[in-house]
Amino acid sequence: MEEIRNYTNEYPKWDKSMKSTHKILVPDMLPWHFMIIEEIMKLAGYDVEVLKNDSRAVIDEGLKRVHNDTCYPCLCVVGQFIDALKSGKYDVNRTALMVPQTGGGCRASNYVSLVRKAIKTEFPNVPVVSFNISGLEKGSSFDISLGFFIKFAYGVLYGDTIMWCYNQTKPYEVTAGAAERTCDKAVKYVVDTIKKGGYRKYKKINKYIIELFAAVERTKEKKVKVGIVGEIYVKYSYIGNNNLEKFLLSENCEPVVPTAVDFLLYCIINVVNDGKLYGHSKFKAFLYNLFYKFVHRIQKNIIKIFKDNGTFEPIHDFEHLRRLADKVLNQGVKMGEGWLIPAEMAAFAETGVPNIVCAQPFGCLPNHIAGKGAIRNLKKLYEDENIVAVDYDPSATRVNQENRIKLMLATAKEQSISEGEYLNSKRA
Amino acid sequence: MSKLLGIDVGSTTVKAAVLDGENVIYSSYVRHFSRVKETVLSELEKINAIHPGSYSVAITGSAGLGLSQRSGVAFVQEVQAAFIAIRKFYPATDVAVELGGEDAKIIFVTGGTEQRMNGSCAGGTGAFIDQMATLLNITVGQMDEYALNAKKIYPIASRCGVFAKSDIQPLLNQGASKEDISASIFQAVVDQTVSGLAQGRKIKGRVLFLGGPLFFLKGLRKAFKETLKLSEEDAIFPENAPCFMSIGAALYSANVEAESLENIIAKISAAKGSDDIVTGKPLFESREEYSEFVKRHRATDLNFADIATYSGDCYLGIDSGSTTTKLMAITPDFRILWSHYQSNNGQPLDIVISRLKEFIKLCGGRVKIAGSAVTGYGEDLIKSAIKADFGIVETVAHFKAALHFNPKVDFIIDIGGQDIKCFKIKNGAIDSIMLNEACSSGCGSFIQTFARAMGMEIDKFSQEGLYAKHPVELGSRCTVFMNSAVKQAQKEGAGVDDISAGLSSSIVKNAIYKVIRATSPDELGENIVVQGGTFLNDAVLRSFEIETGKNVIRPGIAGLMGAFGAALFAKENICGESTTLDLDGLEKFTYISQSTNCRGCTSNCNVNIIRFNDGRKYISGNKCERGAGLRPVSSEFDIYAYKQERLLQCLKGSPAKYGRVGLPMQLGMYEQLPIWGGFFESLGFQVVLSEKSSRNLYFKGQHTVASDTACYPAKLIHGHIESLLDEGVDFIFMPCESYNIDEHCSTNHYNCPVVAYYPELLKANNERLTESNFVMPYIDLNMQASTIKKLHTVFKKYGFSKRRIKSALEEGFARLDSYHADIRNKADEILWKAEEAGKQIIVLAGRPYHLDNEINHGINKLLTSLNLAVLSEDSVFEKSEPVKVNVLNQWTYHARLYRAANFVCSRKNVNLVQLVSFGCGLDAITTDEVRSIMEKNGKLYTQIKIDEINNLGVVKIRLRSMLAAIEEASK
Repeated sequence: MEEIRNYTNEYPKWDKSMKSTHKILVPDMLPWHFMIIEEIMKLAGYDVEVLKNDSRAVIDEGLKRVHNDTCYPCLCVVGQFIDALKSGKYDVNRTALMVPQTGGGCRASNYVSLVRKAIKTEFPNVPVVSFNISGLEKGSSFDISLGFFIKFAYGVLYGDTIMWCYNQTKPYEVTAGAAERTCDKAVKYVVDTIKKGGYRKYKKINKYIIELFAAVERTKEKKVKVGIVGEIYVKYSYIGNNNLEKFLLSENCEPVVPTAVDFLLYCIINVVNDGKLYGHSKFKAFLYNLFYKFVHRIQKNIIKIFKDNGTFEPIHDFEHLRRLADKVLNQGVKMGEGWLIPAEMAAFAETGVPNIVCAQPFGCLPNHIAGKGAIRNLKKLYEDENIVAVDYDPSATRVNQENRIKLMLATAKEQSISEGEYLNSKRA
Repeated sequence: MSKLLGIDVGSTTVKAAVLDGENVIYSSYVRHFSRVKETVLSELEKINAIHPGSYSVAITGSAGLGLSQRSGVAFVQEVQAAFIAIRKFYPATDVAVELGGEDAKIIFVTGGTEQRMNGSCAGGTGAFIDQMATLLNITVGQMDEYALNAKKIYPIASRCGVFAKSDIQPLLNQGASKEDISASIFQAVVDQTVSGLAQGRKIKGRVLFLGGPLFFLKGLRKAFKETLKLSEEDAIFPENAPCFMSIGAALYSANVEAESLENIIAKISAAKGSDDIVTGKPLFESREEYSEFVKRHRATDLNFADIATYSGDCYLGIDSGSTTTKLMAITPDFRILWSHYQSNNGQPLDIVISRLKEFIKLCGGRVKIAGSAVTGYGEDLIKSAIKADFGIVETVAHFKAALHFNPKVDFIIDIGGQDIKCFKIKNGAIDSIMLNEACSSGCGSFIQTFARAMGMEIDKFSQEGLYAKHPVELGSRCTVFMNSAVKQAQKEGAGVDDISAGLSSSIVKNAIYKVIRATSPDELGENIVVQGGTFLNDAVLRSFEIETGKNVIRPGIAGLMGAFGAALFAKENICGESTTLDLDGLEKFTYISQSTNCRGCTSNCNVNIIRFNDGRKYISGNKCERGAGLRPVSSEFDIYAYKQERLLQCLKGSPAKYGRVGLPMQLGMYEQLPIWGGFFESLGFQVVLSEKSSRNLYFKGQHTVASDTACYPAKLIHGHIESLLDEGVDFIFMPCESYNIDEHCSTNHYNCPVVAYYPELLKANNERLTESNFVMPYIDLNMQASTIKKLHTVFKKYGFSKRRIKSALEEGFARLDSYHADIRNKADEILWKAEEAGKQIIVLAGRPYHLDNEINHGINKLLTSLNLAVLSEDSVFEKSEPVKVNVLNQWTYHARLYRAANFVCSRKNVNLVQLVSFGCGLDAITTDEVRSIMEKNGKLYTQIKIDEINNLGVVKIRLRSMLAAIEEASK
């Protein structure tokens, strides 16, 4: 066999024994979901902490340590880690960093090595653990069993329901802070149920969460709905998107953020699609398809619970998203968030969300095609949809981003009359 | 009835309009020099004096938002304000184009209302024009007059000010006329608006032009009208264009409750600056601290010799920089006899000649120029004009100068008007060189432009910053971003002093963290010499010392180090008599500059010919030797030239039995042409390739570019598609391939997202493409059975059997294999021949599509003209064993890079230059990894970023510095 020239640097690896000795820091990528997943991991015996540091120092640390042209999310993740490690709160000899990895054809797959490089000089003893199901980083990744992964998926689903209900409650709450209090209650309930081993009782849990939020007193006011799509990190993380949800609330809008389970299903179905498109491993595709069907069935049931309750607009059906994607581009566009972006935009257009912020890191490669590149096609299909593409970047200022969004909202107000007609015609 | 008042607070100006009913009874337009609140208040006082009474008021504009929030006065988004005014006064408008200080907007009124604003990278427009005027050292008004008399238009990058500067600078240095450059700048603004904002949607019908620049600049108006092909009636330039938004805001205010103007004034006066901006520590706590600092730096000043009395030899150094010209004469004992520093006003040659005459006259016949050397952008031109003894690359000049001040120097940073240069010194030689990429330029001239925008001279502006209490944090990236960061700071009420100090610190951070990419200041070194005109600014120097935590040496002649180094070089290296022109020669010296198109080949480059009075001529702007009137260097050592030819030979020609298929020659097709050429020819199609890449071809497809931050190869392909459509092929074939061909040396074998899915974007954004004329199947060439099946379905209507598809595909792969084999053989031949001839070899490593001369700007030819042999990454990577790297190695083309780097490290006479397309996100990862492979083996790493701009001057400096370093190292 041919010899291999090894250029890799030595780095500390994660091994199972560290489970009992090390604290694991997790970047706050999905604020809603990680509240629950943090607990799931703790129950599995891991000492995890989701980082909440979000000062300007986070961005500055990232700027110093990450290549100028690397995407913004990577910079935020690295910045959050370094800022935390520097804070003195953690024993750097007993701390590990966890980074999710999808192994897709986008540079996000390289976050693990970039984090490693960024901490190399200052924190040489801190291992970086990859969280992936693609068999990457064999020497230093979590051992994720199917059982654990299913628990993880449930965590995402519960986070989704809480986020989805909260976003439909917060703009309309009569008593200030009622939505937050309800959210806390919901999280506590989910965690308690999981602790009792009832993580599978999704019907009961979802019904409880929805009813909890439905009980919050809300005004009948009509607010402008604004959907958020885009690159996964800037879509969900307040660090990545300059508190976009809060900004929209302050502009008297209702932010609509698609569920994270869609991204999970997207990753799974892409393996199935590869099988269909290119004839890749039939066996793998079969297994992934089984898992897909399992999660999708749960999603369908949750939608039914939403409909039965009737208070809130139900979450999107992933099969419907796939059909919508086909109208715009091929499901073969699977790097980064790929076809999911136009699919979610189309879903917004079809469910009465007339405004969309398409958020992406500056220079995001897949977004050239699936985000900005697809907008023209979408506008052809949904003429009245307002879509604004906003770039996020360490130096792009908030005033610039907000001005763009305000411009979209101004258009929305211009259209409010015709929009009413549009909606009526839809319903009719 | 109460009157209506609209106030538009933009990034640079305040506009106010008073309406009585529908009549505008007052309007004004003033620059606010970042004193937003004060300016608004003084405008209101004026209005109150002329038209007192009760008003409905609304504020609009990018800098108006904060003021509105803090004062409680109503706000309306500026585009909406424009919309209201358009409906009222120009209801027949189809499209409105508005250029403001830093925003550009298009409002499509009819045919589906849509409003667009420039993206965060698109640079300002008014600010952009201001910046360019500063560069030309004329006022915007003069620029406008010049533009009207232009004879030709040069292509200038329109995407952002930084790129445009890099395009304009060489033009200036080559002596292109100000008339032509001015018009070209306006044309660039128009192109940016049309391509960047309209993005495929046509601007047609009745077009309304709004905003200050379009009102004041006739040249810009003309450029818009001509580009959009608008008739007199359809191009509307309203009388009140500058104040249009404020009129809109006034109309909007009809919904707002009226109150007395005194009330409004009181509200705005009471508005406080918010605490929302991040601020840093003051540069100096006290005046004592500052004078201590000044004293310390005085210690490194050189002594002077009195030119009125001195007699003897002197050595002359000239640094013809991008924005300034520096001259210096030193005595043999290193005293300064004479020096001169001046902005070159676009006429570097004139300045050098007249200053030299002055100098020689001052010497009164007592002094002899014993040697002379020229460095900098204008090196070639000045050297041949004054017959200087040496021309040296500027990095070497700077190193020589720094050594004089500290023989132990291990780090030099030079921040000039246009560039940042840093060198690390190891063992007395330049070990690594870092130059700023096109994106993080800005540097010194940026502060200058800014100072002017604030209505101040640069000296005063930087002095202001010294004692600022709360310097603003402005981020560290390209100037365009800094512009909007300043806008934000202004919005929040930061003063000029805070902004000045903040800018100084930004420039320093930019240099340390972005250009040098240091993770901590300790990496820079122990003995740091800082130089360049920008460091003469004490605020910048202090910021640097604070950021690095070190005291550094700034010579008193920091701005003249290039010239000083050149003089030192001349002193050390001269033997025999100097050839420098004497007074007589200088007096007689004249030249004529003429710009023309080279007819040496089909590229038709713009070249500039300067004829000197003694009959010699100097040619610039040429991309190859042919343009300079020389015979081209033979391409026998150039694998790029070989590949360009060999690739096309993969087509053997076939009659169009089933029709004509068009293949766009860009991105993946540069690798897979043999496959698809072979495939279609053996099926019985005639294969038509798209037109050769050129700037014009790019412009042809520019209107369908959806994302202007994508890489140039991607943006260029839009033109290739247009050319194939014009050619009338039956269909264009461009497959989507998530997976590239597996070369079995990486974890996975993806294509980058752009290469993989660009056909989707093309189809979505080019109206001329349809299901039938654009064929883009999803295939994975590693999976033969599924590929055959897919192609069989796609070409069903021709009735090919699967067997036939299979054999056609096999023919394609056979052609690919023989193409690869020939490249490998040629590489062996070049390696062998170069060794024989004692030539250094450069592996110019990039992607297959970097073969395109419009993408690589002829860097391969530049290398051969420097007497080097050129190989490519794909011709050598298989000579290396597989490598294991720190990053996830999952893209086929990138895996080649790592192996090519490993190969280079195994050979003494081979070095590597990595070509990186601007905007390539994946190369953010590969460049660091390739660099680390090179450095682990003690090799020099050189990276060249390429974009649509063609600035071989900078590339040449870089390559020559590299060669100088290689040479030093081998000594």
